[in-house]
Amino acid sequence: MPQPSNGSVALEGPGGSPSKGAARISRARGRFFPVGVGPVMRKELGDHLSGLRFGILLVLIGVTCLAAVYAASSVIREAASNSAQVEFAFLYLFTASGESLPSFVSFITFLAPLLGIALGFDALNSERSQGTLSRLISQPIHRDAVLQGKFFAGLSVVGLALTALVVIVGGIGIVLLGTTPSLQEVGRLVVFIIVTVIYVGFWLALAQLFSVLFKQAATSALASIAVWLFFAIFASLIVGLVVDAVAPAGENATYAELLRHEELSTTLNRISPGTLYDEATSALLNPSVRSLGVLVYEQVDRAIVGALSFSQSLILCWPQIVALIGCVLAFFTIGYILFMREEVRA
Amino acid sequence: MGGIVGEDTDHEVKEMEHEVQAEVQEIPEATPEAMIVAEGLTKKYGQFTAVDALDLTVRRGEIFGLLGPNGAGKTTTILMLLGLTEPTSGTVRVAEYDPVRDPLSVKSIVGYLPDNVGFYPNMTGRQNLRYTAALNRISPKEAEERIEVLLADVGLADAAEKRAGKYSRGMRQRLAIADALVKDPSILILDEPTIGIDPEGVRELLAMLARLRDQDGMTILLSSHLLHQVQAVCDRVGIFVGGHLIAAGPVADLERQLANDDEVEFEISAFAADGRSADGGALDRLVGSLRSLDGVKDVIRQGDMVTVRGKSAVRAAAVKTVVDQGLLPVHLRQRGMSLDDIYDRYFREEASTGHASTK
Repeated sequence: MPQPSNGSVALEGPGGSPSKGAARISRARGRFFPVGVGPVMRKELGDHLSGLRFGILLVLIGVTCLAAVYAASSVIREAASNSAQVEFAFLYLFTASGESLPSFVSFITFLAPLLGIALGFDALNSERSQGTLSRLISQPIHRDAVLQGKFFAGLSVVGLALTALVVIVGGIGIVLLGTTPSLQEVGRLVVFIIVTVIYVGFWLALAQLFSVLFKQAATSALASIAVWLFFAIFASLIVGLVVDAVAPAGENATYAELLRHEELSTTLNRISPGTLYDEATSALLNPSVRSLGVLVYEQVDRAIVGALSFSQSLILCWPQIVALIGCVLAFFTIGYILFMREEVRA
Repeated sequence: MGGIVGEDTDHEVKEMEHEVQAEVQEIPEATPEAMIVAEGLTKKYGQFTAVDALDLTVRRGEIFGLLGPNGAGKTTTILMLLGLTEPTSGTVRVAEYDPVRDPLSVKSIVGYLPDNVGFYPNMTGRQNLRYTAALNRISPKEAEERIEVLLADVGLADAAEKRAGKYSRGMRQRLAIADALVKDPSILILDEPTIGIDPEGVRELLAMLARLRDQDGMTILLSSHLLHQVQAVCDRVGIFVGGHLIAAGPVADLERQLANDDEVEFEISAFAADGRSADGGALDRLVGSLRSLDGVKDVIRQGDMVTVRGKSAVRAAAVKTVVDQGLLPVHLRQRGMSLDDIYDRYFREEASTGHASTK
């Protein structure tokens, strides 16, 4: 529970001066984070880790992902027995899909939004309905500290869980496949974890925004899930319709028409943070991916088949990562502005 | 003598807030004696004026009661004092700080008990207080000691390890008092502290507030819509209706103010000379002659009770009239004397003039 550790300043002796509380606070000023982030974050971390909700999600994600990896390992062994060598077998463990199960990465892609939403949809409206918010913001902390503390607590929990999951999967992979990860593979996995945390952060920021906006936790949960379903299912359908209308490419379309069709489709799909995340992870976990956009035949003509180096893969998906961070910041900022303007009363 | 000014509708709203704020820093209002000073404090929500040009001073070491019906602007005033909402115009000063510019300093010396206070249901009472202590950057060791003392003070020592979600309303209210005191404040602001507590609990709470004032020299501002509950403990009260502070001062002063008023109401009932209830005819005749008295504005008979409205000096003449009619006065009570009536009275006045002021 929220045991204040370092960073706390000892209370002044008895004096009755009105500035004794102010003295405690003035020492805490001038730091990068607003006053109060630490205690809020510690309390939220404790809540998440001891809460039932996070436990359920962790079990759900853990079980599905482990099943996916087990299925993938059999595929890899089969592949390895056919050809002499499977390149980046360790990474392949995360991206290969078994006969009946999707891959580890596609499970994460699907479940990450749920994780973010579950951790954030009642961040502020539950405090409001419990009557704790007015007590909280009447303490000598900046109001930003409430949102930031909750946000960073959510991110830390996600990072922690994801790292644990990747390490467990890696361990299983070592046992099942008998290969050890190279330094490059470890690097790619670390960046994969960071990008996934950012992606979850997007949904967390969105859910927190809705928790500021809607007074009822149920409304904000539904709104968040609606956005998730929209991006997961309907967005690509709508993009398809729009692209067909704007840049039609029929059976006997010209080369230019086809190119225009594909490029427009890629661009519009990239509005969805899910697409950005997909592209970033595929570049990170699959070194043979050389381009994330439209690639015409002339471009690959006479190219030597081979894997990209880690830094080249990182450069490839850098725009996607930056765009994801931008989305997170945008939604966090909107929620922040709304919360700062709100008048909190019982 | 009074640090407080009764507010009337003819008070002009100050326009140049920034200039006023600059001046305020030199005005000797931040004296050690005046812990809370508000001048021309106004809060508007669109067209609606929640608090209208409020002037208020709360002195060090006194208990000030902000009394008024629901929706009078008490909570809005408190939020402005704490810097939780910005005034539309006017200035506030809490101790030496300006809540608009330096809300953190204000919040670090003011303990606040909000209306409808709540706690994290999954944390125990003690853990809830620990969190507040951490937010106030009190070291864990210091915090544990304070929490132990406070829990005992509010009578929750036995329930400290119980989850706050299982607390009764009264226990929650007591935990909230402890919560407001964790930071060792020099000012305590309580919004409707007596709601949801049984009469015994109210008595304990008020005794505790008096103890905090007398022993620790704490300045306490409490708001309530129940006058009799808090009148005993308040050094001064302000009656707050429709965004206006319509009267302020010690309770006794308010009573006297009303007693000297030009218009009072008193009840008379009288028996016939033989000691039995007077018949209707005799009472009607009495009403008639009372009406003719100089200074009487209105006389109403309800059953055996005759209510006279007029100058307070008319009381003696009224009793004489009763005797002259051959009746025996058995009951005479001036309505304006009890605090209830003050309260009623001011609300009625406000209701009749209130429309003009909100437009």
